[in-house]
Amino acid sequence: MARIALASNLAPYTDGVLELELEVANVRQLFQALGERFPELRAHLEAGLAVAIDGEIYQDALLQPIAHDSEVILITKIAGG
Amino acid sequence: MARHHVSATVNGDGVEFLCETGQTLLEALRDELRLTGTKEGCGTGDCGACSVMVDGRLVCSCLMLAVEAEGKSIQTIEGMAVGETLHPLQRKFIEHAALQCGICTPGILIAARSLLARNPNPTESEVRYWLAGNLCRCTGYHKIVEAVLDAAREMRGG
Amino acid sequence: MSTMLKYQERELKIVGTRPLRPDGVDKVTGRARFGADYNLPGQLIGKVLRSPHAHARIKSIDTSAAQALPGVKAVVTRDDFAEMPDEYAAVGELMINFRDVTRNMMAREKVLYDGHPLAAVAAVSEAVAREALALIKVEYEVLPHVIDVVEAMQPGAPLLHENQYTAGVKPKPDRPSNVAKRLEYARGDLAAGFNEADLIVEREFNTKPVHQGYIEPQACLASCSEDGQAELWTSTQGHFIVRAQCAKVLQMDVSKIRVTPTEIGGGFGGKNNIYSEALAIALSRKSHRPVKMVMTREEVFRATGPTSGANVKVRIGCTRDGKITAAEAELNFQAGAFPGSSVNQASMCAFTRYDLANVRVVGNDVTVNRPKVAAYRAPGAPIAVFGVESVIDEMAKKLGIDPIEFRLKNAAREGTQTYYGPKLGPIGYIQTLEQARAHPHYSAPLGPNQGRGIATGFWFNIGNETTCSLNLQEDGTLTLMLGTIDVAGGSRASMAMMVAEELGIEFESVRPFVGDTSTLGFNFLTAGSRGTFASGMACVIASRQVIEKLRQRVAKIREVPLEAVAWKDGHARPAGGNVAQFAPMSLAEIAKMAGKTGGTIAGHAEINAQGAGPGFGTHIVDVEVDKQTGSVKILRYTVVQDVGKAIHPAYVEGQLQGGAVQGIGWALNEEYVYGDDGVLQNPGFLDYRVPVASDLPFIDTVIVEVPNPNHPYGVRGCGEVPIIPPLAAIANAIENAIGLRLCQLPFSPPRVLKAIDDAAAAKG
Repeated sequence: MARIALASNLAPYTDGVLELELEVANVRQLFQALGERFPELRAHLEAGLAVAIDGEIYQDALLQPIAHDSEVILITKIAGG
Repeated sequence: MARHHVSATVNGDGVEFLCETGQTLLEALRDELRLTGTKEGCGTGDCGACSVMVDGRLVCSCLMLAVEAEGKSIQTIEGMAVGETLHPLQRKFIEHAALQCGICTPGILIAARSLLARNPNPTESEVRYWLAGNLCRCTGYHKIVEAVLDAAREMRGG
Repeated sequence: MSTMLKYQERELKIVGTRPLRPDGVDKVTGRARFGADYNLPGQLIGKVLRSPHAHARIKSIDTSAAQALPGVKAVVTRDDFAEMPDEYAAVGELMINFRDVTRNMMAREKVLYDGHPLAAVAAVSEAVAREALALIKVEYEVLPHVIDVVEAMQPGAPLLHENQYTAGVKPKPDRPSNVAKRLEYARGDLAAGFNEADLIVEREFNTKPVHQGYIEPQACLASCSEDGQAELWTSTQGHFIVRAQCAKVLQMDVSKIRVTPTEIGGGFGGKNNIYSEALAIALSRKSHRPVKMVMTREEVFRATGPTSGANVKVRIGCTRDGKITAAEAELNFQAGAFPGSSVNQASMCAFTRYDLANVRVVGNDVTVNRPKVAAYRAPGAPIAVFGVESVIDEMAKKLGIDPIEFRLKNAAREGTQTYYGPKLGPIGYIQTLEQARAHPHYSAPLGPNQGRGIATGFWFNIGNETTCSLNLQEDGTLTLMLGTIDVAGGSRASMAMMVAEELGIEFESVRPFVGDTSTLGFNFLTAGSRGTFASGMACVIASRQVIEKLRQRVAKIREVPLEAVAWKDGHARPAGGNVAQFAPMSLAEIAKMAGKTGGTIAGHAEINAQGAGPGFGTHIVDVEVDKQTGSVKILRYTVVQDVGKAIHPAYVEGQLQGGAVQGIGWALNEEYVYGDDGVLQNPGFLDYRVPVASDLPFIDTVIVEVPNPNHPYGVRGCGEVPIIPPLAAIANAIENAIGLRLCQLPFSPPRVLKAIDDAAAAKG
């Protein structure tokens, strides 16, 4: 089971749940699973959250694999100017 | 409204164009003569992107009416290189990376050339104050000042 | 990830040198064509009618007299654009609410800021277009307005959007609010952390909106044909984004719009959005002629996207040894007429330079009656860091600890867990602090009324969708087609340098171009310091593909196994050892035969570049304060920044210098001044005072290179970090000079003088 953490600013959309474990093989499955578990998070997932998998940050990489012992953190996406 | 007929010399060539009463020299250069090297950054004489020489004098062309160009000799950026030979300032700007986006560059080159025509050995401070009327948002002016000082050195034979 | 390439240390011949940029000659001769330099036969001039009110309901718009004016060929209003649903839609990687986009482009129910577009006309000349605007009759119901962010947050403030309820608040509020969104990052135990502190400093800061200040106003030229296709030339940082936004608001297929990016005269984030583009296409569609729309400087200031003005509260606690035990901040940011400021990124940047166990950052995104905020170089970060670095400085001084030493004690490093999520990878923050401390600037003597300040900055940097195509031409030279727009001149050169390095050939053999939207797949806009990182990655991938194909081609031509063919210094050569020998072939020789041996050789890349490396910087500034006038003069400035790898050092230096000077302008003079009527009073460069050459000294730069492990050359972005430290560095230098802590930007002479006079009065 991959260990999933959410950045603290997402707490209002998950009723305060910021840590959980999920059996998911890639980012897309992760987003689907989180969207089912936390309906209020869905809008943010569609908008796109960045994902740090074992320390590397990925943005818009739905097919990025997640290993069964990965540490995954969801954070808001970055843009720039 | 009838337009005015203007005859002038631009970069050594005799030109003629028609313009409205209220059109500026900048608009006439860009829209009537299609010399788009001179830029409009503000239209109110605050940014220097429209700098040209009129009878040897550095002028913001957005502050001059097109009709006032009658009989005058105007120099724009298009006339700065001679054939294939770039002016030392133009060369030094490229060498020193003194331009990034390049929108202010024509105005600054015209202004810098007019400085060196009257003061071939300016100090850093003199260059900065002379160019204070030319805004640049990309470079912070650092490499521009370096390029002007280096061009001046070369033009003095140093 | 198979398409991403890791850093490899190696000997470099071209990367790291300073060749002349390929587009330089056109730019110094006036030949290069920017947005307003394009013209088409038969073109009309388009002009926009703008609201004179900060806030008003539109009761009616009557364009009949304008339409009837001879020379007017088309008029558009809100009726010409479809209603868009209130939901976020993907535009590349941006999520955009098109309900807001279409309203910012042309008002529908209300005008929400001085300058808000209401109608547009296309006419045979500018004079006729202006006359037509004057004939458009609009009935307004003027409403009370609010611009100050703190005022806008109060219950009872004039409300911009009746259906806006603060998101991120539980339970959902029962009243609408100008606060569009509230966010909070929290970690650890703040109360315990403050309890542990020997010193707590708390300060409130206020900043004004500032503009990106690009010298080239927005300009575009649209030409539509009767079959519904459109061509658009525009000055933009992202032509694929322009295409996508126009397609959406005009309800056209994306492939029916071909956008050619002109040279761009500065953007800095302000040209990430559409303003007049869809209006020009709509007018062209209606008039059946090309339509050119160029903003005046006044329109740029009134109606494009200045950054947020903000209210920032910072509270930090530390032990007497200078170890931070708790830190919190509240960031209240103006979003402008529609939600979406950069308060989230500001929140993520506020404290990331430090390793903190107990942190809390609260951010509020607040709609107010001024133009919608657009990005501005490291959006949000300069504002948050102004507050944090000022308080850090005050703490260091109170404890008698050197400001760099204080920061070193708390510095983030590789492995530090950020409070917004991931751990930091290899970074160069400590190196920038140490090199700043070792720099002669840091210990140079100071005179009376002179002071020195330091501050530091961090930015994430990004990657995103990137495409390119590398084609070997018949004579052995290469054309490199790029999808990433070259905003500052260094990027085309840097891409060509990386290709030349990969292939082992001369820099001049690679000619780079930026392609229009029909030439390549989707490429994200140039922002987020992504150009050299992401486009560089794509160019290296394309180069290595070309090398593979060259090897395969030579193996066939020379009739040897593939393993026998190596690529070195621009030639295919025997790989050495026991492999088959053959006569080497140069790129030119292979190219000459390419057509007859299978076809043109080319490489391409379509990636979503991941693994951007964050950048850190430390700035040192010396100021002199004139106590008679309040004028602050910059005496000396040094920028130290980790850029990963400087592909072309001169252009990296240019980014550091340019960004620092924008920060200096933000600190010393730039501000939006609104009257009581909500109308902008200084929409011009005379009274919106950006730095000029005589305001500044030379800006010293020190390039630190801690390679980004996720890029083949170690590149991190570098463009945004330099604008972050100057605001606090200058505040700290002023404090050092005259003993006054200034918390209200900008530090213009009247404000500084007032602070000096108030302090003297308090003493006396």
